[in-house]
Order: sequence, then structure tokens, then C-alpha cells
Amino acid sequence: MGYKVSFEEANQIFAELSSEYEIWAPKRFPGKGRYSDTDIIRYDKVKTVEEIVFDEKSDFPAKEVLSPITEPLFYFTEDEWRESKVTSKKIMIFMRPCDIAAQHRQERIYLGNGGFNDMYYERMHEKVKIVMMQCDLDDDTCFCVSMGTNKTDDYSLAVVCQDGALKVEVKDETFAPYFEGKTAEDYTPSFPTENKTKVKIPEIPNKEVLTKLKSHPMWEEYNKRCISCGSCTVACSTCTCFTTTDIAYNENGSVGERRRTSASCQIEGFTDMAGGHSFRNTAGDRMRYKVLHKFHDYKERFKDYHMCVGCGRCISRCPEFISITATVDKMNKAIAEIVAEENK
Amino acid sequence: MNNPVKPVPCKILEVKQESKHEYTFKVESDIKPSHGQFLQLSIPKVGEAPISVSAYGDGWMDFTIRSVGKVTDEIFKKEAGDTLFLRGAYGKGWPVEEQFKGKNMVLIVGGTGLAPVRSMLRLFAENPGYVESVTLIAGFKNEEGIVFRNELESWRDKFNCIYTLDRDKIDNWEVGFVTQFVSKVPFKDFGDNYEVVIVGPPPMMKFTAIEAMKCGVPEEKIWVSYERKMSCAIGKCGHCRIDETYVCLEGPVFNYTKAKYLVD
Repeated sequence: MGYKVSFEEANQIFAELSSEYEIWAPKRFPGKGRYSDTDIIRYDKVKTVEEIVFDEKSDFPAKEVLSPITEPLFYFTEDEWRESKVTSKKIMIFMRPCDIAAQHRQERIYLGNGGFNDMYYERMHEKVKIVMMQCDLDDDTCFCVSMGTNKTDDYSLAVVCQDGALKVEVKDETFAPYFEGKTAEDYTPSFPTENKTKVKIPEIPNKEVLTKLKSHPMWEEYNKRCISCGSCTVACSTCTCFTTTDIAYNENGSVGERRRTSASCQIEGFTDMAGGHSFRNTAGDRMRYKVLHKFHDYKERFKDYHMCVGCGRCISRCPEFISITATVDKMNKAIAEIVAEENK
Repeated sequence: MNNPVKPVPCKILEVKQESKHEYTFKVESDIKPSHGQFLQLSIPKVGEAPISVSAYGDGWMDFTIRSVGKVTDEIFKKEAGDTLFLRGAYGKGWPVEEQFKGKNMVLIVGGTGLAPVRSMLRLFAENPGYVESVTLIAGFKNEEGIVFRNELESWRDKFNCIYTLDRDKIDNWEVGFVTQFVSKVPFKDFGDNYEVVIVGPPPMMKFTAIEAMKCGVPEEKIWVSYERKMSCAIGKCGHCRIDETYVCLEGPVFNYTKAKYLVD
């Protein structure tokens, strides 16, 4: 069923929803950007439609709603401890198709990998209802069509913001009552069909080629260019890595918590073990590790699709202007070289 | 909802000094690990660390720990009667029943690499005939670094033992790296009926495997155990991943046919 609702009507619906739902959407934070007088767009709770940024890609992905950058796991008080609690409300998230696809990729790691379900992700995941934001963007970093993440039917509501009003497709009938009496208007969301940026997906035929690719000189370039800041992995829609740390509160050392914080394979020390051993000690090695995960390793393990969803956020955020699409192009060339050498 | 990272408090039964920097903590627990598996040990407000099980029995497990980090330093302050938090056991251990039973076993270990094979060695020592024979090559940096010294000495009667220190000379011990003694193993006498286990620091495992292959040992007869940084041990945190393999899930024990492709 399709509807057209004014912002005023939509805000009324938001107000009605708010007794049961937290509504999360990409929101602008003026002046909070990386450089002076720049803004940042990231996910936050919203109360009105006007707060939602429809016409620009958010700097940071929707994953932050489900798996916050820092999340308490346990609270410790003297000899007692308990699990952290989760919000009592359900969660509605406004997401573009690439962010929805990213959750499908994260689910396979958090839920089921190795036969274990991550309880902290699972309890959030169960609360989520997706509002798909029709995506009419195609900035020069987007390559969702190449990754096959441009289309989805995994949503409860679909919306597009046009002419100062929202067109809504109500796919999940539980939301129908909120739209009773609103103006009916046919609306079926459209999806991106072509991006300016295209990526040829690399095919690594076997383990021997993979091993040779790992030591290929193409990665040396990143020893000079990559500053190992981890911006790309924070901005990545699909990166899940985290580090667990315990802390004691300064005010009272007998109280504290165990928490996890997003970690980055791009930052030195990601593999450091007590006792001094570490692996991938150059920026090039770390770049290789990340790119192969996104375009080979993940698919090798979980089948069906690659990890990268082509949102392009890593390209936008890199302070050194390193482009993942350009890197994949170089990887394609390196693979072709190695394969040609093998067939000689 | 089941929370796999929720730890269980366990009582420390005994603390025993193994060497200058290594202690064994005997902990009361009903967890039944298999040989070569590890657990996540933690102290609230300090942290969590993966530690391999060095021995186990009815209602107890041993962890041999080297004080090298924040968590292990704090564990060292614990005494019998205190509490350690545990979760696990995790990972795939040694294929003792499936692959090792009835065979001539060759174990080559460096330093604390002895800990993850110790429970298996005890099984072999306590059950004569379980395996055809045991050849144990154990190397340590120096005398201070020797772990399970009493046990090592007691095994001389049961196993073919070569013990060595990197540079120092002490009675009944050789001098040199373990790699130098691989060629002394009578692989020819074993026919096809043997398996080789190698555990130690990454370079030691690599060069020992190369030495073994020079002696004609095929890759599929070599087994190694990997150590990696881990935050979760359940395939979520990503720290231990190499390509499509999670060391915490598919390891820490790997056959060399797989391990040779695990380039970090």
C-alpha cells in the first residue's frame, strides 16, 4: 500500500511511533566535521522528518546503531557482575540499500559464525525494523551496482522525500494502522541501476595465486601512502572487528566494566600479543589484509557474496585519498600478471 | 538469550611455580576440554586473555601462564582460594583419538609451547601402549626458562627425550636450537606410522617444519598450534583471522597442509 504524507503528518506518525520505537536516521551535526566549518552526517535518534538527511550520503554507516563504537558488555561491582542492558523499545532505522546489505553481511559474522551467536548484536537485531530510504544518489564514490547491493526487499517501509512530502510504501502490515486516513498514492521504490564508478570483481583462482598476490609489489605503494589511521574501517558499513577491554572507574576502583570498542586491522598493534609477537607490520600488509577480506576471504568463508557493499565511505573518509576501487583495479592487474606467469 | 562471552567464576585450588617467569594455576572446574584447546581467563576490571589448558582431570584444569601482559601480571597476584573467571573451552585441539592413537609420536616444542601439548604427553605417559612410541624434543632459551622440569625429567624413562638449551650447558641437556636435533629422529624406523607435532614461536615452527620435511616427513604428517591475539574466541572480534580461517574456531591446531597457506 502506498501513501503520500506531509512532513507534519509524518511527524505525527513519528510521535505515535515513539511510545514503541526509537527512530534512528542519518542526521546532520553542523560544524562537527573533521575540518573547520564542515559538518558531519551520522546516525542518531530523531523526532522529526526535518532532522533526516535524505539528499546526501551519511559519513558514517548505519552499523553504529546495532553495534555502537563502544559498548559495555558487563558491569562489575565488588564481587558481583551483570550483563549490560538493552533499550526496552524497538528500533526503527532509516537505511539505504547498501546499509541494509551491509547488515546481511555483518549478520553472518555476529550470528552463527563458528556456531556462536553474539548476544549483544542478536538482541539489537531482533528489535530492528527497517525503513528503506530510496537512494537516488550516485556520488563518485558509490559502486553498489558492481557489488549487487543496489536492490533489496528487506524492509518494512520504503520512503522517498519528494516535493516537501514523503511517499511511503507500507510493506509490513503492522505499520498500516499508523497510515489510516492518510492520502493513498501508488509508490514503489526505485533502485540505482548504474553508478559512474564501476568495479570489476577480482577472481582469485586458487591458493597459490592468493599466496603470490599477498607478496606482490603492488602493496608497497601503501607503505608510502597509508598512514594507518583506521578512518576507512570506522566508516566501513561492514567492518565488525572489536577489542575487549576492562576498566575500573576512576572515582571508585571497586566498580568497573568490560566493554568492547571497534578495532581496526589498519592500525599498528591490531595483532600484538602479550609476549611481543605481532603480524602484518607494514601499512601495505595491513591494506592487503583489509582489501582481500572485502574482496576474497569473506566470500571464501561465507559464500554467495563479497563483504564490500560499495558504499564508498572509505574513499570519502581517507585523508590520503586512497581509493578502494582504484586498489581493486590494481589487484585485478596483479592477479592477471600472476596467472599469466603461472600459465607460461 | 544465551551469552557465550559470559564468564564463570572458578576457585584457584593451587599455584605452583614452574620457572622464574611461569606459574601453573590449578582451577576448580567441571569444564571438560580436549587436548590442545584453550579457555578465556579473566579478572574483572583487568581483562581477558586466551590461555591453553596444560593439564586437566576430574573437576580441575591447569593453566601454565607466563607473566607477559596486563592480565597475566594480575593473575600472578592470585593465590589458592582466590577466584579466576573462565569461559570455554574453545577451538579445535589435537586429533588424538582420530590420528595419533597407535602411532609413533614425535613432539618438538619450544619454550612455553610445551603447555598446549602437556596434557597429551601426560595421557601418553600414563597409558602405556596408547601410542607406539614418543620422541620429545624440547628446547628452552636458558635454565631459567625451563617449564615442567620435574615432569620433563620423569618422562626420560618413558619417552625418547632430547632436551636442549639455546646456549647454556647443563648436565644431561644438549646445547642448540631444536631444529638441530630434528634429523636425530629415526623417521625411517617408523615407516608410515607416525605423526609430528610442532609448537613454539612462529619462526621456530616454520623452520622446524622445514627441517622435518628435509628428513622426508610429508606435510600431512605435521601438526602445529597457532597463537594469535584474540578478544572473543568465538569468531566475532576478527583479531585472529587469517584469510577465511579463524584461528579461534578452526585452530589453534592445524595440519601443515592448511597451515602453510596461513600467511598473516
